Amino acid sequence: MKRFLLKGVIKDKGRSLLPIIVVATGTMLTVVMYSWLTGIMGDSIRMNANFNTGELKVMTKAYAADADQFPNDLAILDADNLLTELKAFEPGVDWVKRIRFGALADFPDANGETRGQAPAIGWAVDLFSKESKEAGRFNLQESIVKGGMPANAGEVLISDELARRFDIKPGDTFTLFGSTMDGGFAFYNLKVSGTLLFGATGLDRGAIVMDIADAQKAFGMEGACSEILGFLPDTYFNSEKALAIKTRFNSQPTLAQNEDEFAPVMITLRDQAGMAEMVDYTDFVSGLMVFIFVSAMAIVLWNGGLLGALRRYSEFGIRLAMGESKGHIYKTLLFEALLIGTIGSIFGTVIGYSIVLYINIHGVDMSGMMQNSTMVMPSVMRTAITPTTYYIGFIPGIFSVILGNALAGIGIYKRETARLFNELEV
Amino acid sequence: MNSKLKRYKIGLCHKVLTALLIGATTLYAAEASSQDGKSILRKIDENLSSRNQIAESSMTIHGRRSSRTITAKSWTEGDQKSFTEYLSPASEAGTKMLKLRGQLWIYTPAADRTIQISGHLLRQSVMGSDLSYEDMMDDRKLSDVYDVNITGRDTLDSRDVIILELTANVNDIAYYRQMMWVDSERYIPLKQEMYAKSGQLLKRAEMKNIKRVENRWYPSLVIYKDMLKEGKGTEFRTNTISFDQQIPEHIFSKASLR
Repeated sequence: MKRFLLKGVIKDKGRSLLPIIVVATGTMLTVVMYSWLTGIMGDSIRMNANFNTGELKVMTKAYAADADQFPNDLAILDADNLLTELKAFEPGVDWVKRIRFGALADFPDANGETRGQAPAIGWAVDLFSKESKEAGRFNLQESIVKGGMPANAGEVLISDELARRFDIKPGDTFTLFGSTMDGGFAFYNLKVSGTLLFGATGLDRGAIVMDIADAQKAFGMEGACSEILGFLPDTYFNSEKALAIKTRFNSQPTLAQNEDEFAPVMITLRDQAGMAEMVDYTDFVSGLMVFIFVSAMAIVLWNGGLLGALRRYSEFGIRLAMGESKGHIYKTLLFEALLIGTIGSIFGTVIGYSIVLYINIHGVDMSGMMQNSTMVMPSVMRTAITPTTYYIGFIPGIFSVILGNALAGIGIYKRETARLFNELEV
Repeated sequence: MNSKLKRYKIGLCHKVLTALLIGATTLYAAEASSQDGKSILRKIDENLSSRNQIAESSMTIHGRRSSRTITAKSWTEGDQKSFTEYLSPASEAGTKMLKLRGQLWIYTPAADRTIQISGHLLRQSVMGSDLSYEDMMDDRKLSDVYDVNITGRDTLDSRDVIILELTANVNDIAYYRQMMWVDSERYIPLKQEMYAKSGQLLKRAEMKNIKRVENRWYPSLVIYKDMLKEGKGTEFRTNTISFDQQIPEHIFSKASLR
């Protein structure tokens, strides 16, 4: 019976072609839109996590209150000890020390006097340990435009835009001028090993990436760090897991009752500026997209089902007259809808996936629209290919065509067998 | 009818004259207050400003975690030139700062670099203190850059004080408005509050240990508090100071930084 219905769907193009095209189009749009949105928001969330927020972050309470100003005078003092404690507390998380700083990059002339200056935002991370994943998190190797990775102490990477503005080449030196942890003058000479282009306008204006040991020397922070970031083993941010770790850490008796403003406190990615909204927005919009497509396509396919039912009015009449039960006709109608939905969804997913794959590889350059953006967002937008990409289109594709036919097929139960021959003009 | 009109005209004249008299008196009083205020400001300038000065000072910065003291020797000529050499602690010793006609350079032996400080950096804190580079640089006489009004009298630290309200008459100034509690006998401010144009209180300074130095009164301790940041303030002590000395011109040159 199922094979018979499949043959009918394939051979009677008048019955199946239009619904399959509609389902395929809707499925394709769902796949592309979902992947586009997930790509943009997911990249932004991951980039923010890798650069700024981590998925978990430990700071002193005082530092946390003004974290956006990088108040290193309020930093964690015995960082190595706390790092060891955190590794024992939650071994599954990758805990890393970071120093964040704002400073002035001063480029000298031949006499050692100021030739040019620019404000710089700095990241000091573990660049030299073999087990460190920090270079990968910053995508440093792939982001290098000129030169190479720092190989020795005192070598740093600076943004390519900054380097071009002051005609700096790999091998040139400059001075970082800022404040030490105790408020003194921080002057530290550094050598440029390479220049970076992250593809995020907010970062590319004046980023400096250096090894944490250099930053500790430069800012008088030996043994200290601004913050300790934690990265969960999951590919995507796991909000519930992060929250559970944070709650468990902060409720430890030694910390819960500790009123010392320099006691450590843990927060999650969601607790940081704008991130909760970004995560919630991604989830909400993904759900909304699926709902809109299911609703819109259900209406379109309902209409299509009605037209089909009208076209097949005589066929259903004859089948009823021949003694086929109404329930059986309704079941076959729904099964045909399932077949059409599946075929349309397969076509739509294949076409949609092809588009998604193309954009994933080549990306869409949006840098022109982000000239003045300060957000950490990639300027080349890409779609995301996740396990969901492969099945997301089937939800509206199959569900809407079945819903449309189920609604249209209700008419079958309204037919009165006694009037069939009159209706069929037999 | 004519006599009524005459009386009305006379009455009107009296009213106009009375109004003019009150207005003139008020204006005169305000002008007089301003004049008195200006003369007070000039007397303050006579105490605090000089043709040149050489001073040794210590600055104790009370941070949220700890306190530290920095000592320095400075040479100042008028409001255009000054040179400061930091003497201690060891991490700051040898750092030198030169101001020449609105420009500021810092030299540090640690990096062997001379760096110019300009733009928004001038508003940054000096060594984590409650003083900005702008505060350190502005040696102009108060009477040259502020209009003044006397707003009242009070007692502060058992001294009679005149309360002055200063409003800037130039644009390139860190504080648009100041309230100043001035010792009415020695003409030295005992307390200052510095405000932004928006009315926001930015900084507070309290002058202590007023001493007679040569022929003027001078505060040997000033406690600054940046009202926009936490912390317990910065104590600026003038340990020794001498006025109107012979300062060699080479002191105020970039060559003296290294």
